[in-house]
Amino acid sequence: MKNHDIVIIGGGPAGMAAAVAAFDSGVRDVVIIDREDNLGGVLKQCIHNGFGLHKLGKELTGPEYAHVYAQQVRERGIKVYSGTTVTRITSDKIVTATNTDGILKIQAKAVVLAMGCRERSRGALNISGTRPAGVYSAGTAQKLINCDGYMVGKRVVILGSGDIGLIMARRMTLQGAKVEAVCEILPYSGGLTRNIVQCLEDYGIPLHLSTTVAEIHGSERLEGVTVAQVDQNRAPIESTRRYIPCDTLLLSCGLIPENELTLNAGIELDKVTGGAVVDQFRQTSIDGIFACGNVLQVHDLVDHVSDEAECAGASAAKYVLGNPSECGRITTCAGEGVRYVLPQRVLLSGEQVSLYLRVREPQTGVKLVVKSGERIIKTFPRLKAAPGEMEKLDIPMSLLSDADKTLTVSMEVQ
Amino acid sequence: MIYDIAIVGAGVCGGMIARELSRYDLRVCLLERANDVAMGASKANSGIIHGGFDPEPGTLKQKFNTEGRELLFDAARELSVPHIRNGSLVCAFTPEEEEQVRELYARGATNGIDNLHLISGEQARALESSLSQGVTLALHVPDAGIVCPYKLTIAAVGNAMDNGVELHRNFEVTGIEHSGGIFTLKSAAGESVSTKYLINCAGGHAGKVAAMAGDDSIEIIPRAGEYMLLDRSEGKTVGHTIFRAPSKEGKGILVSPTADGNLLLGPTAVRVDTPDSTQTTREGLAAVARSVKESVPNVDLSRVITSFTGVRASHAAGDFIVGQSKTVDNMINVAAIDSPGLTACVAIARYVTDILGGMGVQLDRKPDWCGKREDTEAFSKLTDEEKDAVIKQNPAYGRIICRCEEITEGEIRAALHINPPALDMDGVKRRTRSGMGRCQGGFCAPFVMKLIAEERQIELEEVTKNGGSSKMLTGRI
Repeated sequence: MKNHDIVIIGGGPAGMAAAVAAFDSGVRDVVIIDREDNLGGVLKQCIHNGFGLHKLGKELTGPEYAHVYAQQVRERGIKVYSGTTVTRITSDKIVTATNTDGILKIQAKAVVLAMGCRERSRGALNISGTRPAGVYSAGTAQKLINCDGYMVGKRVVILGSGDIGLIMARRMTLQGAKVEAVCEILPYSGGLTRNIVQCLEDYGIPLHLSTTVAEIHGSERLEGVTVAQVDQNRAPIESTRRYIPCDTLLLSCGLIPENELTLNAGIELDKVTGGAVVDQFRQTSIDGIFACGNVLQVHDLVDHVSDEAECAGASAAKYVLGNPSECGRITTCAGEGVRYVLPQRVLLSGEQVSLYLRVREPQTGVKLVVKSGERIIKTFPRLKAAPGEMEKLDIPMSLLSDADKTLTVSMEVQ
Repeated sequence: MIYDIAIVGAGVCGGMIARELSRYDLRVCLLERANDVAMGASKANSGIIHGGFDPEPGTLKQKFNTEGRELLFDAARELSVPHIRNGSLVCAFTPEEEEQVRELYARGATNGIDNLHLISGEQARALESSLSQGVTLALHVPDAGIVCPYKLTIAAVGNAMDNGVELHRNFEVTGIEHSGGIFTLKSAAGESVSTKYLINCAGGHAGKVAAMAGDDSIEIIPRAGEYMLLDRSEGKTVGHTIFRAPSKEGKGILVSPTADGNLLLGPTAVRVDTPDSTQTTREGLAAVARSVKESVPNVDLSRVITSFTGVRASHAAGDFIVGQSKTVDNMINVAAIDSPGLTACVAIARYVTDILGGMGVQLDRKPDWCGKREDTEAFSKLTDEEKDAVIKQNPAYGRIICRCEEITEGEIRAALHINPPALDMDGVKRRTRSGMGRCQGGFCAPFVMKLIAEERQIELEEVTKNGGSSKMLTGRI
């Protein structure tokens, strides 16, 4: 059994930023365990630009953004166990991992969970029809094209207008494929506006809202899909069924935080986010285990992942170094029009707390209202709000008191 | 070269017959139209080892179910195939269904099946806490079990090959000539195989194959059954296999753990046009969901990881067809093997061997025959210390390729070599479970493709999902 002060699970943007922040907060014995051979996580396959505008003040590609942080990890001499897969974490912070040297066991003082997320598969979507080759989740196709240099198809339909789907519509087009359509089952896109403009509109790729893939056809390789508009219950409307010949179906239908390790460690999970329940320091229900990035909540921008990971990394360092003082705690909850609020717990400590949330539906001219019981703590007006764009509400700690038990955030039309 | 025996169809019956015949000094080949074995009903069924109470007395189904149940447990053990004797409950919700369940209990006694128990709804819920409050009576069958049907088929074929049987894949029989006591089977690709004896195990296509040889007595009725498979996180929702009281259409929609630890829901029973109608339908999956919610209300349908359809080969008479063709000499039909075919397959294989003996086939036992197959999942069952030792010998076992199921490069490479070697993505999946977890290959597919290309020494573009034109990629950038 080895010993390390802080063990970070995952070498993507969250893991790297958490490691750097932990180191810079004064803990020297920080290690990253990464299942891949190179740091960077999914950023390595995101060769498009748009990364770093908020965090680094410049527009970078995914690999460039990853490089900035990988450099910082290297400069600090932070140890990276690469090609190493964590298979188990216990509540007393023993981490078991596998690599080509054998089975590794580490006793950590603190653990930061930064495992990222996975894509929702065809199976989970329960799309009916045959089971031919040519049905890929968008991220898998992105890896094959951008990292391995192979094309997955020539004539493409994309289901789901999440950001990866939009990016892949452009990528496939640039690589010579014909993207017939992007179908979105909801009446609005979950992707960033800039991606809808830059990836679809600029290339004349049609976006069909309230439309889904009702059936998959083809016995060996995909031959086509039947698309159909959906009713309020998201069931396909028979009369609108339409066949589109294609050899490839890409699925971009949501990301799911990868929390199997978290669950097995006995950490409390939030049913809505799919990630751990945390306080504003990103500490989970087990003291000394922290979570950040897409394993905690699926983010829109990597910049925000880095922010969150810095918080988790610094908090882990503080946990290792210091004696936490007892303080009051408040729970948060999602009110009318709000899908979730994170952190789920607020400790009355520090200068201010940032609440992150997603609204349920797109809306213009709204205010986000933070209340404790009937008492309005703070109101945040917004010209528009959409589920695809995470909201951040900063609340000065001075506005909160021990008397507050629950903070409710709701969306109201102005 | 002329084989002594050619078996058409590498499903679970073809595979078990091949294994049984591999005991003897015979030249045996197994012809399979697909790129892998177990590509028909054998890969898409409920995986149940049935108690034996259900078939009508005096039928072949009853004979082979009764004889075959324990033989199947034995074979699964010898072949190191995942299986569990988890017991089953047949549940009644209404007075009419109670009557049916009582009938099954009585029939079980007639069929010579002991250890059957009629229990109250309360008692059933004491055994299985998730069971619906609506259950009023149940038949408890402690000796029933579950087995992974495609791994059983793969292992049976593999063991047969280890003992000298030859497997020809992508051999779709398109014509059969029979002259001078020799059958010559032609394939779609223009190959031909000659044999003295022919065993027709062609599943949904058994009628067609028999007819090619001159026996047009078999009319297969294909009936599709749709299933949903849930994440391993849900595998303990029930311990027993939960049946509803049977209907004319079959044994109804069940809820069962699988031998691999998932939860399986289904099947429907819908007559379809061809045995290849393996598409799922919105209606079918909805019917499964509805029925399951009645018997086990807390099944979490948000945990579905995949859905699929199997097509049973049924027959109007309702029984198996196992025996010498009435019109073609030296041909044995093993047809219309729907439920409980999986339970029956070893008993059928022995019976077919006896028929061959009766037909004059010389059955000389090979002295070096070995009926055991190595446990291809042995690595996953090791302790951390044992795994560590294996990895130090072979570092490929230290590279985890499939995150969800924790399958290593070592295990995948092995599956590309052990009889019958995987040739494609689905083949790797069914042998190793790589890609069978909650992400359904999202992360591991690109790595598995590379391993297949490497081990088979083919270009990455040539890697297929399941043979034929099911290529994964369309070219280089």
